Amino acid sequence: MTSKLRLTIAAALMAAFSTVALAQSFSALRGSTPLNEETTPPPLTPEMNTSVREPRSYPEQPPVIPHSIEGYEVSRRANKCLSCHARTRIQESQAPMISVTHFFDRDGQTLASVSPRRYFCTECHVPQHNVRPPVENDFVDIDTLLKVKGPDSGARR
Amino acid sequence: MTTDDARRPSFWRRFLGFAREIWGVMRRPSAIFSLGVLVLSGFVAGIIFWGGFNTALELTNTEAFCVSCHEMRDNVFQELKTTVHYTNRSGVRARCPDCHVPHNWTDKIARKMQASKEVWGKIFGTINTREKFLDHRLILAEHEWARMKANDSLECRNCHSAESMDITRQSPRAAEAHQRFLFTGEKTCIDCHKGIAHHLPDMSNVPGWQ
Ligand code: HEC
Ligand code: HEC
Ligand code: HEC
Ligand code: HEC
Ligand code: HEC
Ligand code: HEC
Repeated sequence: MTSKLRLTIAAALMAAFSTVALAQSFSALRGSTPLNEETTPPPLTPEMNTSVREPRSYPEQPPVIPHSIEGYEVSRRANKCLSCHARTRIQESQAPMISVTHFFDRDGQTLASVSPRRYFCTECHVPQHNVRPPVENDFVDIDTLLKVKGPDSGARR
Repeated sequence: MTTDDARRPSFWRRFLGFAREIWGVMRRPSAIFSLGVLVLSGFVAGIIFWGGFNTALELTNTEAFCVSCHEMRDNVFQELKTTVHYTNRSGVRARCPDCHVPHNWTDKIARKMQASKEVWGKIFGTINTREKFLDHRLILAEHEWARMKANDSLECRNCHSAESMDITRQSPRAAEAHQRFLFTGEKTCIDCHKGIAHHLPDMSNVPGWQ
């Protein structure tokens, strides 16, 4: 065996094992149901509709939607979101205006109305459901991170 | 009872005489039937005519009738099925005639006369394919919006009444909007609730949708 072939086999084995490991550690969504059987999905919950704006985890995060969007059409023909969030609509709806970044095209040019790449709002903004996440999120935001006193916390400054 | 047969002007020309005769018959007490029988049969005939008319209207006033046309079934009905007016937590359904034909006799007949236009549409095939329907949709929707705007969203209010709305039980956005614009009479349901039952037409030239 050449060393190249040996390396390839080793890599393939590692990939195979890590897939198994992944499948095991991310089994929470389907529970203990074997792969060849279908799980009974949990019932859908209603969208949260508190209208209380949620905190953002980092400045560039698209804010989550604090209201229900059930039945809202966003298609080539109509955009229900813009009927409240467009610049001219916010006086009536009292909704926050789409920020200026929504008017930029990819070259940074500011357009007259929402940029095509920001037209389909739910690509980035999502409503919330009151559920217990099957996989915990251990994201730590920058303020929390800055407060952590690690062994090298002195060196960081 | 008496008879007035002798006084009948039998020398008149037929077409003039006929009208006269009818009038005569109407004014003249009957020789054969008693007043009671006449009143009763008039009553029965009335029921049959009115009933038949009513039944015809009722038949054309069902969802089954509306979706008997593929134009209605394949477009608007399919879309209605995904909305809150088809399935919801309380199990109360809105059917086509609930929103599209007023539950009021005079309005109902006026609306039925307008609907004869639809039969022309069927013959001329204005919306007999999905593409034609989509091209035509804004015009159809605008008719409906104009109608609902003019009658202050009468059909919506047949089920939802502003007076019975408890805004403390509504979502914050709903309570706010209804308080500012609905209860003050500044706007009506259809101003804010377009597209609640079907997909929307091209809204790029509709005010408030840019
Ligand atoms: C009837 C008007 C209305 C419509 C339609 C609407 N919104 Fe909103 N939206 C609001 C209002 C008002 C707020 C402010 C919070 C609140 O009252 O719910 C808001 C808040 C938001 C926020 C939170 C902003 C922040 O800074 O936290 C996002 C994101 C958002 N909406 C996205 C959407 C999207 C996406 C749609 C379409 C799917 C949509 N909205 C449709 C009225 C509307
Ligand atoms: C490509 C992703 C993307 C799309 C698509 C998008 N947004 Fe956003 N949106 C963002 C991001 C990122 C932010 C936060 C940073 C910023 O303002 O750019 C944001 C912020 C917002 C805010 C909060 C603005 C503020 O000043 O607090 C609103 C409201 C909003 N978006 C609404 C919309 C609506 C309505 C649409 C559809 C017309 C839309 N967005 C489409 C990414 C997106
Ligand atoms: C004979 C087949 C047929 C039946 C049955 C039918 N429709 Fe239609 N409908 C049409 C056609 C075709 C049009 C398009 C007419 C046009 O081109 O103006 C139309 C248009 C409409 C419109 C748009 C109105 C407008 O003013 O432009 C509404 C609303 C509507 N139909 C509702 C109904 C309802 C509700 C029923 C049942 C009570 C119903 N239709 C039964 C064929 C039908
Ligand atoms: C046949 C009675 C009926 C008619 C007519 C009717 N609705 Fe409804 N509507 C309902 C019912 C039932 C519900 C669902 C209530 C629930 O949440 O269980 C509903 C729900 C709604 C909702 C709430 C949607 C949501 O997502 O919670 C709106 C908005 C609405 N209707 C507007 C209208 C408008 C506008 C019209 C007139 C074009 C109208 N309705 C005509 C019975 C009706
Ligand atoms: C000024 C605009 C406006 C008018 C006028 C208006 N609504 Fe609403 N309505 C809203 C908004 C905004 C919401 C909340 C967002 C949504 O459901 O899309 C709402 C929500 C609702 C709801 C759901 C309630 C909830 O708790 O979310 C119903 C039902 C409803 N409207 C019925 C009506 C009826 C019936 C009329 C006419 C008698 C009417 N609305 C007139 C703006 C309006
Ligand atoms: C809850 C009320 C409601 C019900 C139920 C309803 N519609 Fe509509 N319909 C509307 C409104 C409002 C419009 C005006 C356009 C819009 O806002 O989507 C409309 C528009 C239409 C149009 C014009 C084309 C369009 O989509 O704009 C047709 C055709 C139509 N309806 C037929 C029907 C038929 C057939 C049914 C039964 C299967 C039905 N509708 C049930 C409220 C309703």
